[in-house]
Amino acid sequence: MVDGKAKSGPLLDIRNLRIEATVYPPGEAPRTITLVHDVSLTLEKGKVLGLIGESGAGKSTIGLSSMGYGRGGVRITGGEVILNGRDILKGGKEGLRKLRGRDVCYVAQSAAAAFNPAHRLMDQVVEATLLHGTATRAEAVKRAVALFKKLSLPNPETIGQRFPHQVSGGQLQRVMTAMALCSEPDLIVFDEPTTALDVTTQIDVLSAIKDAIRDTHVAALYITHDLAVVAQVSDEIMVLRHGRLVEWGGTRQIIKEPRQEYTNALVSVREIEHQEQQPGTTPMLSVKNVTAAYGGGHIKVLKNVSVDIYPGQTLAVVGESGSGKSTLARTITGLLPPEQGSVVFDGRTLANRLADRPKEDLRQLQMIYQMADVAMNPRQTVGTIIGRPLEFYFGMKGRERDKRVAELLDEIEMGKGFIDRYPAELSGGQKQRVCIARSLAAKPKLIICDEVTSALDPLVAHGILKLLLNLQQIEKVAYLFITHDLATVKSIADSIAVMYRGEVVRYGPKSKVLTPPFDAYTDLLLSSVPEMEIGWLEKAIKGRRMESAGN
Amino acid sequence: MSSSLVVLVAQRIALGILLVLAVSVLIFAGTQILPGDVAQAILGQSATPESLANLREQLGLNQPAYIRYFHWLGGVLTGDLGTAMSSGQDIATSIKERLWNTLFLAFWAAIVAIPLAITLGLIAVRYRNGWVDKLISGLALASTSFPEFFIGYLLVFYFAVQHQCFPAISTVYDGMSFGERLQAIALPAAALTLVVLAHMMRMTRAAILNVMQSAYVETAELKGLSASAVIRKHAFPNAIAPIINVVMLNLAYLVVGVVVVEVIFVYPGMGQYLVDHVTKRDVPVVQAVGLIFAAVYITLNIVADIAAIVANPRLRHPK
Repeated sequence: MVDGKAKSGPLLDIRNLRIEATVYPPGEAPRTITLVHDVSLTLEKGKVLGLIGESGAGKSTIGLSSMGYGRGGVRITGGEVILNGRDILKGGKEGLRKLRGRDVCYVAQSAAAAFNPAHRLMDQVVEATLLHGTATRAEAVKRAVALFKKLSLPNPETIGQRFPHQVSGGQLQRVMTAMALCSEPDLIVFDEPTTALDVTTQIDVLSAIKDAIRDTHVAALYITHDLAVVAQVSDEIMVLRHGRLVEWGGTRQIIKEPRQEYTNALVSVREIEHQEQQPGTTPMLSVKNVTAAYGGGHIKVLKNVSVDIYPGQTLAVVGESGSGKSTLARTITGLLPPEQGSVVFDGRTLANRLADRPKEDLRQLQMIYQMADVAMNPRQTVGTIIGRPLEFYFGMKGRERDKRVAELLDEIEMGKGFIDRYPAELSGGQKQRVCIARSLAAKPKLIICDEVTSALDPLVAHGILKLLLNLQQIEKVAYLFITHDLATVKSIADSIAVMYRGEVVRYGPKSKVLTPPFDAYTDLLLSSVPEMEIGWLEKAIKGRRMESAGN
Repeated sequence: MSSSLVVLVAQRIALGILLVLAVSVLIFAGTQILPGDVAQAILGQSATPESLANLREQLGLNQPAYIRYFHWLGGVLTGDLGTAMSSGQDIATSIKERLWNTLFLAFWAAIVAIPLAITLGLIAVRYRNGWVDKLISGLALASTSFPEFFIGYLLVFYFAVQHQCFPAISTVYDGMSFGERLQAIALPAAALTLVVLAHMMRMTRAAILNVMQSAYVETAELKGLSASAVIRKHAFPNAIAPIINVVMLNLAYLVVGVVVVEVIFVYPGMGQYLVDHVTKRDVPVVQAVGLIFAAVYITLNIVADIAAIVANPRLRHPK
């Protein structure tokens, strides 16, 4: 397409790609590690190849290699990347610059971060087109507006005049797709384009991307860790692990008849059988008509919220970002005193402010966070981290404390060998386990889990959920489980509260909440969760259109 | 322009005025604490209790301090800075000419130093960690590390003594042509430039490097922009607020901190005027100059604040 010459063969042909990086571990000599081990792939014009795997699988690294780009100190040290019959790695810096933004474009995970806050959207959308001189500004703007329309953005004529912060996350992701399509490239690399979005927004963006790919005949590498998402858009899927190819095949074959054990583990629906417990007679913690606000009462985030948590049970709070889930946790723990209403624990009303609560109340309510690595002091060993609540709440010292730490490590299925390790030496899942042990060390009655599995790979998250359920059996602890992921809710909850814009729109035992008839929002939420089924996206979108036509 | 932006800017300006008033109180109080008063200073050896009392009556010194403060402040606000004790001249008239000289020198130093510092910062980022970057950083650091009098005398030695292209003494007087004036201030302006250059250049470099980690810089690189275009178009606009701040700080230094350079080159500016009158313990002059320096410093810092607010697209274009 570049020179108008017809070229036979695949659009993209990556052969024996080898990518390395130098790491500088503290206190050790720098060493070279291999991120991608001799991976090969081909992609035909107008086709979509899904790259899937957990973090560290080398998906993004391979995707960016099609633009000859290495993030940080990453180097392509072997193999060939042949685009349109030419090895781009031999073209030098100039050659790569001519190709980036013209033949290959990139859509990043977080469009909110990937747009320059200082420039208007239109200037950024047409920038690459103008840079490579493939169109005049007027033509490029016309093309961009047409793309905005195609991607069903509101006010396509004027949205380009806005700055990135004036547009929502889902819309920005679509603008970024328009930006990639604007220079009419042969290939687009989509790097987890919907991962940062709420499920209800994800489905719209996904469908917009799929339509745009179909209508423009552009080829795409679609990178994600979510098989259900990639099944909706890809013709073929490549499963990667630790920088090596696991399996490569047609979408149907991969999700229906996986040949490798690892693929099978990814594909199999990971639902944990969890028998719902009936609510007891007296709740352990009651949130009563709580209204809370930020900015001196100006921005109401919680409106008259009431929920109960029963001893040894799990209440899941679901909702999209901005629905007030985490604010509810902040109010219960006293970090954000409510404007109205109260929190009753064990029959007595808790002080509104954290500073006014006695140590005993603090001990009874513990928290686990989404980002385990920033919730721990990187300069303390696992033993110190878990031992701290033991010292603080129970005054344990010396051998007694070490014994208890070892017991807790055992409970979270990590051996005694971890006592002297630092957080940086642990994997993501192990870090979250240490955080769980730390909260358990206080022997609380309630643990608030704020999106604790969201930052983890599916298989690791599965392990954490199972662990939490086991611990609930042993320690009889109750959970307030905050999440946006409905699959997690099904696995772990006894009762569910669905939140939307600061209000509880649906609340009750799990079986009741998940049984029709649904209210409009819960229905939208449930129908937006991608299913590992080819054609699910079209069905879901159709269902939605019919519904909005019916309304 | 949004209303929230107007409110923010108005707040800064109000705060600035309040600060200048607070500084005026401090300056007045400071000179009151000094032992002796103006009457004693004027009479010196010939002071008798009687003549002291008479003079105090005459100068209004026996009134309470707060009344004298408001008297002084009222004078300042109407442009009357009082009379210099040592010479009996009107302070406002003598300061006017000298302030203009100082601003003239600062202006030309800034015209050279600011674009040069920012350009060098951009170049250092473009070739970061390479030899160009190290050379720029090294030279800038060296020029800042030398005291300004040393740089001043070095310049005098090369350009005035050995090559005789610029005068060693920067005398300016009425009736001088613009070109002659520029030639006269070339050496002090160069000395000042060298002093402020490194600070601005290093802050520019650091501010831009900080922004270079952003995802939108990667986006720009993946569009095929050249390294310098990425820095100029995508990194620099987002680093503008910290850069403005350091530029304004250095501008303030050019006005307020030129004392040493003015003395070296015998330049008739504010710094020289202040030094002269400090040695003569001429309190009204020291008060007036102190207040003007404080006002300049506060004004420039407020300008920096406002510029940083206005440079933020989130405030300029709210949702």
